[in-house]
Amino acid sequence: MGPLVVNEIISENTNLLLAFFIGIGFGFVLEQAGFSSSRKLAGMFYGYDTVVLKVFFTGAITAMLGLLFFSLFGWVDLNLVYVNETYLTSAILGGVIMGVGFIAGGFCPGTSFCGAAIGKLDAWMFIGGLFIGVFIFAEGFPLWEDLYMANFMGYPRISEFFGLTEGITALFVILAAVAMFWVGEWAEKKFPREEY
Amino acid sequence: MNPYLAGVLLGLVVLASNVISGRGLGASGAVKSAIVAGVETIAPGHAESAPFYKKFGDSHNGNPLNNWLVYEMLGVIVGGFVSGAMSRRLTWRVEHSPKITSKRRLAFALAGGILFGIGSQFGRGCTSGSALSGMAVLSLGGFISMAAIFGTAFAFAYFFRKNWI
Repeated sequence: MGPLVVNEIISENTNLLLAFFIGIGFGFVLEQAGFSSSRKLAGMFYGYDTVVLKVFFTGAITAMLGLLFFSLFGWVDLNLVYVNETYLTSAILGGVIMGVGFIAGGFCPGTSFCGAAIGKLDAWMFIGGLFIGVFIFAEGFPLWEDLYMANFMGYPRISEFFGLTEGITALFVILAAVAMFWVGEWAEKKFPREEY
Repeated sequence: MNPYLAGVLLGLVVLASNVISGRGLGASGAVKSAIVAGVETIAPGHAESAPFYKKFGDSHNGNPLNNWLVYEMLGVIVGGFVSGAMSRRLTWRVEHSPKITSKRRLAFALAGGILFGIGSQFGRGCTSGSALSGMAVLSLGGFISMAAIFGTAFAFAYFFRKNWI
């Protein structure tokens, strides 16, 4: 059955319309979780508010489990679902640059649009920065194209990488997430903060 | 909202996105589309010759703004606005720690945005597209992105502590 657009159950234009509604759900949940506040987001890195960790990992394991069960029931063909490609060098380099950007700017791209939607001027500034950053990357692309294309590993899933079944891998991911939730709850008690 | 409940709802959005569109969420890709569209309009000659824009044009047909991620991000703005309106959080302001000035906060927000813009291109997606959605489909790249983003932010947190605590 799924993915609906790949199996031509819905048209490409319907897909784009539904993208808008998926986005509404995404933005609504991010904002309700408090992700429109940079001080809440940054709290994760000082332990006073670990809502990012809880929402992010609960979201990832919910979607992961949902996809595995949907696949088991024959509702979605996982071979037709997009799996991100892995270019090892640029994945790590990009992640490191984004990590510095995260702690400096207090937002990531998705949350900055959420913050901007409710009037946070610092989020607007961050978005301005995003445009400048992407433009710098685009204009300088020939300089780092080799780096960008280095160490291509294909489209591996971690289950294949470790030679485990998807179910066992999912179990490990869930156990890791639960351990992190426990650390997060502990950190919030250890590094409490007044309302901010 | 309880963060675990919010997480489950977020996961259901990612699940819906995969089941309907065969792909996860994203954010930085919409900025890329906007940049490509802007350059194609302002400097069409440059867009045809510079490799980055050529590469984008080869893998996308038609107007770069007629793109899944662009429609999704328009939805994010609407969804965020509706949520903020319901919770009475709609105000124009610069949010910052009382220990720093608005100006300093805005300067760091701009710098952080620039870095995230560059990093998201190297990472082929940001926290939403590469880390969250990648992890949902058990992508190795998604887990690497997640570890690199959060690990680095933790490692550098000490140097930026004045801005936040």
